[in-house]
Amino acid sequence: MSKYIATAAIRGSHAIVLEAEKTLSQAIKELGPDTPVAFTNTAYFLPTIYGYTGTKVQTLGDMVPIMEKARSFLAPVPADRLWLPYLGETLDAGVATLFAEEIIMGVRFVRGEQPERMPLNGIKVQTSEVSGAFTSPDEEVGAGRAAAAQSNGHYTLNGPIDDIQLRTWGIQLVDGRMPGFAAIVGCAKSNEVAVRIVRELQRRGILIFLCGNVNGRSIIHQLLEEGVQLGYDTYTVPFGTDTVSAIYPLGFATRSALTFGGMTGGQARDILLYNKNRVFAFVLALGEVDDLKYATAAGAITYGFPVIADTLIPQILPTGITTYEHVVSMPFDEIEGKDDLERADRLVERCIEVRGVKIRMAQVDIPVAYGSAFEGEIIRRDAMLAEFGGKGGITFEYLKMADSEDVQDGRVELEGPDLDTFKEGANVPLGIVVEVAGRKMQKDFESVLERQIHHMINGAEGVQHIGQRDIAWVRIAKGSYQRGFRLRHLGSILHAKLHADYSAIVDKVQVKIYTNKAKVEELREVARGVYNERNIKTANLTDESVDTFYSCTLCQSFAPSHVCIINPERVGLCGAYNWLDCKASYELNPTGPNQPIAKKGLISAEKGEWESANQFLYQHSNSTFNRLTLYSVMDAPMTACGCFECIMMLIPEANGFMVVSREDTGMTPAGMAFSTLAGVAGGGQQSPGMMGHGKYYLVSKKFIPKEGGLKRVVWMSANLKESMESELREACQRIGEPGLIDKIADGRNATTVEQLMAFLEEVGHPALTMESLI
Amino acid sequence: MTQRKRQAPQSIDPAAIEMLELAEAEGFSTAFSRAKAMAPCPIGVDGLCCRMCFMGPCRFVPKRGQSIEDVTGVCGATAATIVARNFARMVAAGASAHSDHGRDMAFVLLAAAKGEARGFSIRDEGKLRKVAHLMGIEDKGRPVAEVAQEVAEKALSNFGQQTGEITYASRAPKRRQELWRRLNLVPRGIDREIVETLHRTGMGTDQDPEHILHHTLRASMTDGWGGSMLATDISDILFGTPKPRTSQANLGVLKADQVNLVIHGHDPTLSEQITEAIREPELIQYAMSKGAKGINLAGICCTSNEVLMRQGVPSAGNMLHQELAILTGAVEAMVVDVQCTMEALVGAAAHFHTKVITTSPKAKIEGATHIEMEPHNAYQVARLIVRTAIDNYPNRPDSVHIPSQFSDLVAGFSHEYLRYMQGGTYRGSFRPLNDAIMSGRIRGAAGVVGCNNPRVTQDRGIMRLIQEYIKNDVLVVVTGCGAIAAGKHGYLVPEMMEQCGKGLREVCEAVGIPPVLHVGSCVDNSRILTVLTEMVEEGGLGDDISDLPAVGICPEWMNEKALTIATYFVASGAYVLFGVGSPVSGSPKVVELMTKGWEELVGGKLEFEPDIDKILQKSLAHIDAKRRALKLVTYDPNQYGQSGDRRLAGITA
Repeated sequence: MSKYIATAAIRGSHAIVLEAEKTLSQAIKELGPDTPVAFTNTAYFLPTIYGYTGTKVQTLGDMVPIMEKARSFLAPVPADRLWLPYLGETLDAGVATLFAEEIIMGVRFVRGEQPERMPLNGIKVQTSEVSGAFTSPDEEVGAGRAAAAQSNGHYTLNGPIDDIQLRTWGIQLVDGRMPGFAAIVGCAKSNEVAVRIVRELQRRGILIFLCGNVNGRSIIHQLLEEGVQLGYDTYTVPFGTDTVSAIYPLGFATRSALTFGGMTGGQARDILLYNKNRVFAFVLALGEVDDLKYATAAGAITYGFPVIADTLIPQILPTGITTYEHVVSMPFDEIEGKDDLERADRLVERCIEVRGVKIRMAQVDIPVAYGSAFEGEIIRRDAMLAEFGGKGGITFEYLKMADSEDVQDGRVELEGPDLDTFKEGANVPLGIVVEVAGRKMQKDFESVLERQIHHMINGAEGVQHIGQRDIAWVRIAKGSYQRGFRLRHLGSILHAKLHADYSAIVDKVQVKIYTNKAKVEELREVARGVYNERNIKTANLTDESVDTFYSCTLCQSFAPSHVCIINPERVGLCGAYNWLDCKASYELNPTGPNQPIAKKGLISAEKGEWESANQFLYQHSNSTFNRLTLYSVMDAPMTACGCFECIMMLIPEANGFMVVSREDTGMTPAGMAFSTLAGVAGGGQQSPGMMGHGKYYLVSKKFIPKEGGLKRVVWMSANLKESMESELREACQRIGEPGLIDKIADGRNATTVEQLMAFLEEVGHPALTMESLI
Repeated sequence: MTQRKRQAPQSIDPAAIEMLELAEAEGFSTAFSRAKAMAPCPIGVDGLCCRMCFMGPCRFVPKRGQSIEDVTGVCGATAATIVARNFARMVAAGASAHSDHGRDMAFVLLAAAKGEARGFSIRDEGKLRKVAHLMGIEDKGRPVAEVAQEVAEKALSNFGQQTGEITYASRAPKRRQELWRRLNLVPRGIDREIVETLHRTGMGTDQDPEHILHHTLRASMTDGWGGSMLATDISDILFGTPKPRTSQANLGVLKADQVNLVIHGHDPTLSEQITEAIREPELIQYAMSKGAKGINLAGICCTSNEVLMRQGVPSAGNMLHQELAILTGAVEAMVVDVQCTMEALVGAAAHFHTKVITTSPKAKIEGATHIEMEPHNAYQVARLIVRTAIDNYPNRPDSVHIPSQFSDLVAGFSHEYLRYMQGGTYRGSFRPLNDAIMSGRIRGAAGVVGCNNPRVTQDRGIMRLIQEYIKNDVLVVVTGCGAIAAGKHGYLVPEMMEQCGKGLREVCEAVGIPPVLHVGSCVDNSRILTVLTEMVEEGGLGDDISDLPAVGICPEWMNEKALTIATYFVASGAYVLFGVGSPVSGSPKVVELMTKGWEELVGGKLEFEPDIDKILQKSLAHIDAKRRALKLVTYDPNQYGQSGDRRLAGITA
């Protein structure tokens, strides 16, 4: 602290605590103490309060003791002379501030005032080239949102980030694609600067949370005016236009420790240190910093999140509560740079330095911005210049290994017409052939690298990529074209990214792009032949056919006791890593998170238990677990980090399991929605009868064979059944139960055990007559 | 003023100088004048006098042409044996003082737990439960009184136990504990090691200086990791764990128009009750009925530190101020308990109306009023004492002489608060301090502790070191009479950060602390052990206390207790430097054993160095050497300093 900041923060905390007390007592008077309080779609109550105190605030009345605790944290402001120490007191005042802010938000939720409906006051929400994927799960989604906002004069901001989204981001947070988050509070010098700051953060894959205002004007206004796409998909989440909404990023931070760190409410110190050591977040204060902002920042500092301000404020440079400096001041106009845009760049660079954010960023030399934050962009038809594939289109992508002498590194060839010649909105054939040479390159890695084409191309601003192989679908925005983007840049991206991410196996990359219909069709047939060969090979790749499994401990940065063991017939629980990926990853980085585990010392073929796997687990789980079965969910199942696509859980009455998808927000027969189940299953725990897994594990031949396989599934989230229908039907066919999928209940016909049992009996589900699980 | 006095002033404290001039003018004797009149015993000063049996006493004085190694006593004992024995006995005596203090506190806690001590309660339940946890006592779901009783009993058992280990040895860093066990240095029981020291050092037992000194290390630990640590913990449980508060120090805190009651000594038991009693409206009324405007309580020495840290009672000064306070003529009663209370008080008081009141069953002074305090009657005794002082107010002479000097201060940095201030309730730790040391913002840490000694200019060495340390970015912690010196001279205020080097200044401003931290009385040196341990455990500064870039200095030592403190810090791995002179200078062999020998054995050493400038050089060199050994960045005084409010000056004005 500095005395100036301590004084402001403590003063701010007194004011906000008083306001919260008034807000709460008024609410209790009007609505009664038993009125329920909840943030939507999170299993962690009011998460900041739950993290600090362990108190599960569920009613207005539950808030009263929290308010008392907040008040007990308030010290007097430091004296002018002969002052008493203030650092500990200021940080406590910061915690009191967070309690007060969360209580205010809780009451606003009760009153239907959250998520905030921001008056547009004449701001025209741009529906320009890129727009619309959005956020708050209960709100209008997609492009319709902007239109809806325009028509009702309000723009609905995001409430607390829901648990599903948090888990969806989990793997990106751990694998470094999303290296941290920035909580931006206030308003930038100009719209131009606001956009630049956000673009610079997006380019680095940093999640951006927007809060607060300066004299009524918020960076949210600035970005909307400039047509910047806000939403989960672009990593840019607007929370609220007042400082109180800054509680949401901190709730998010708390929940990341609860979700992935295996902590529970009340383990305040552990939760805060988890954030300091593992969640690379910082606060960027734009514009004047008032008392409440200082008070809130003091709360953020308890998480180890430093504060960087673009105004002149006292700096706090000694370290300790945060890893590097606590408070850094960079008055915007004093930053060196030829213009405001360069100053914005310097500011963002300093933020990253102060937090020690590890950025993994490939320099991709294309005329538009590049970064994983752009992966989620959606390009609407009227904003696109041209598309390739999709309905009626012809595309393919094919990556193959080639001899070194046949590959000229960095060469990109285009055969056929380029964007300049297309009619606006045209659908054009596209073939992409990538040739890779490398001493350590293997045929097996072709498909691993080929699957990355999607992420890689999608990272360009104003370029949308969906699908893979011969169902790829690409759109290029008019704006990107106007800034100079041409088809050869697809090749530039692939060249740069393959080198950056796979340097250990890739020595040379060349790319050929075809837009000539006949040529594309001709080469697509060649590629299809290869796809088919690969499919057969993958189908033959069984647990029995290999002598090595791979570990995945990537998530240990978040869940220190979690170890995934990945076999050919079981994809990692995040769905993102299969056996081949792990094998390639091991080649890339022999000391990395994917280590080979020789299949040695078979203990039980039926349960899939090996001595070598057990030993590996013991050594790499901090000696927490010593047994693991790969084929059973009832006996020593795989631990779970928190990134799982699905949770499987025993329903004893039904003698089978339910499988819940993380996209499913509805109730399940277990009496818990996904987010609550996830809280039980995650955090590196081993819970017999309960297991996190990838969705494609459902159709594996090694799907819980010990318990009887797919026949044990009695309930499944409807969205899983729909999105994987053909694969599931094929699997049912394979096990000789062709009608099974229709005998599996879902949320449409059973959300209680009673309903489930009635349904299963009516359809005669096989699990009912199978051997008892317990 | 004579020419000679100007060359070697008796004190640098203006209040003391003023009172000494008055004493000289009036012909009052003081420790300062008596020290001048009586040269130190030339044989005893080097530790070379043996009085262990009546075949002597033997004086180890080499004859012409002899070296000290050629001299033996009647029994054949060498100078090294005798010097080691004398040192060991001083350490044992110091340990017995602090340990007895700890024992008394444990008895008060026991009485309080049993409800047998009116006026005493458990003021800090959190600390009680923490201490219970440290002692391996299950406290969950148990009532406070029951836990307190078991804690008291466990504490008392530490004194009488014959085998095993004293409880708090297990609080040291792991590496240190292993070393102690390997070297057989963990005390088995507090009393046992002290008694064994007396046995070993008597006529005809332990006659190997190295062996004697080895046991001396063990015996000293009964103080730091035994009695003192228990005294600190139990005082916190009974009277509250200190946290920062403001107060003042120096003779100027005495008030011309109020009843002045001065408490002096070391044990907070009675003085805590007196702080309660003076707030009683009935007694205040009584004082006013005698013509006083109120009752003013002030402290001297470590009793002062105890009530300063917990109650904000101002300090009238350090040890050498005890007579000077009386010479103001404004003190109605000086209440003493144990340790460092000079017999001369009675003589000084005889010039005035002042009553010297002894209160401990262990300590009487001929000519003083004795009002004995036991835990069960402490509050009544406190009231009686306050009444006695009030009754004496009308006897005060018409003219009093109270120097105007006093300084503001901030005191009360318990190790619990030190932890809290570096992160608050949820993030408190020693990480920021360790970080600051590792980055070179703080060069290292120095404990400046201990006594006053009229053989050297009062406060001069203490203050010179403190000034130089903070200028050189060394964070200073102070205890005992050193702490009061720092307070008197205005160094315990946060504004003092302006006198620091740039890096230390940044840290002070970040936390809001003075660069000199008052951590308590002399038993509270145990708090420094806890702090050092926490720094080690926080990580980044090595595995043991001996790895830390830290030093302990006692520039003006006089009491045996100081030697015990020095020795237990050495046993814990610290480099300790003492000013004034050496009690072991008679034997080069013992000097070698306590420096090179101990450093090899336990990583710490004890040096006596009368030259303050050399202490400064040696201590900074030690800090820098430890930094190098830890491979920390080289300290650079100009590297830091961009933090803080100064940047805003002129904008916010």
